[in-house]
Amino acid sequence: MQKVLVANRGEIALRVIRACRELGLASVGVYSTADQEALHVRRADEAVCIGPPHARESYLNMEAILQAARQSGADAVHPGYGFLAENAAFAAACRDNGLVFVGPRPESIEVMGDKARARQLAASAGAPTIPGTEGKASLEEALDVAAEIGYPVLIKAAAGGGGRGIRAARDETELAEHVAQAAMEADAAFGDASLYLEKLLVDARHVEVQVLGDAHGNLVHLFERECSLQRRRQKLLEESPSTALDAETRAAMTEAALRIARAVNYENAGTIEFLLDGGGAFYFIEMNTRIQVEHPVTELVTGVDLVKEQLRIARGEPLGVRQDELEVDGAAIEVRVNAEDPERSFLPSPGEITALELPGGPGVRVDSAAFAGYHVPPFYDSLVAKLICWGRDREEAIARTRRALAEFVVEGIKTTIPFHLELLADPAVQTGDYHVEFLERRTMAV
Amino acid sequence: MSERTIKSPLPGTFYRRANPQAEPYVSEGDEVAPGDVVGLVEIMKTFHEIQSDAAGRIARFLVENSELVDAGQDIIALAGD
Repeated sequence: MQKVLVANRGEIALRVIRACRELGLASVGVYSTADQEALHVRRADEAVCIGPPHARESYLNMEAILQAARQSGADAVHPGYGFLAENAAFAAACRDNGLVFVGPRPESIEVMGDKARARQLAASAGAPTIPGTEGKASLEEALDVAAEIGYPVLIKAAAGGGGRGIRAARDETELAEHVAQAAMEADAAFGDASLYLEKLLVDARHVEVQVLGDAHGNLVHLFERECSLQRRRQKLLEESPSTALDAETRAAMTEAALRIARAVNYENAGTIEFLLDGGGAFYFIEMNTRIQVEHPVTELVTGVDLVKEQLRIARGEPLGVRQDELEVDGAAIEVRVNAEDPERSFLPSPGEITALELPGGPGVRVDSAAFAGYHVPPFYDSLVAKLICWGRDREEAIARTRRALAEFVVEGIKTTIPFHLELLADPAVQTGDYHVEFLERRTMAV
Repeated sequence: MSERTIKSPLPGTFYRRANPQAEPYVSEGDEVAPGDVVGLVEIMKTFHEIQSDAAGRIARFLVENSELVDAGQDIIALAGD
């Protein structure tokens, strides 16, 4: 493995290019015609245009990406997150074209990509799962199971993910209505109408466990990330460690994550997501078979460079860390600076960044592909920068994040910076006493 | 007879249907009232409905389905009475 094609854009493309450079690997950037001026194009050793702005014609176009790999002589592909990162067919196509896919085996992506199968697998690995249907369900089965476990329930698309394809039902009438609509939507969005049903946990927290596995059977966890601060199931602030886990629950949750990963002989970086209820019980939700947006939080508290580990694992090397060497040092918080207007229901705000001043100083990391004069295109997600701050404890991490946000200047577009400043001043966030519905209810109250 | 336009409030990709299988929201010759949904704009992986701000009959579309539009761009010409 000498030359890695980075099949992504934005900050994660830059993140992978940086890791390649540190490991002495050459990098190939790919870009759509909307991204000609993008930073990842300039920072990669070379770059190939893969098509028009719309993702399905460029960043989701497998053939264009494989062609770019052939043309540039790349021998590996890092998919980043989003786009083709959890597409088993793409991982298999890389393998079939003699390219190392920097990620798990296609079989693992496929099993975990089918949320109903993933749930069955987690249950058979001895991990707790949310009460619900055993795999895919018809309307009749869904009604029977809902009557048994009690309302409210969630209807989920088997092929869904990233918070998409989910509906809640409070009673039988809503369930019947939503099952029909959800099946149609799932078919349109994912090409698969299969649904399953889960009990809706109230006031739960979203806590996830990072794992790394290599080709030699080594598997470690890198503790948890707390991701309960979400809006419309999109994460806005993440932190590690979680204030909601005591030592005993943390040990049980990380052990469950390892059992699930081991059940698929998981290779490379992955994340196992759990819901934690008010009573300390936790349940498996899904596994993300890729690097996560919020991975830097884990990097700051463990000192492990997850993207370099991904590349080393793909090269066939054993893990660079042993479980007994890993511990959490201090606390880290990530906030997502999105091109959205928090005063207008987070309406997207693309356009030219006319001025940009990035924060710095002790404990501050900014992962961003933005620069003054950069046009944030309307075609892709709204993430402009990730601000990640480390502190010896959570209090210091919060103080640093607030200080860094106050230094952070983005002009020309609206961003979520003012929202994060307000959020970090909220007593519930300062004490860590929040859950997945916190932001929705808070927004409603305003 | 005066002619007014419906504008896109956002930049992005303009669609005439809620999803590729759906019927178009409106067609030429249709009468629309204020608040009626006449199209969809996709921006940053989110979808936003375009509503008519006036009553009238749709004279013609000024942009094609899946064409890129700017904020404030005229989308539909309305024939008033």
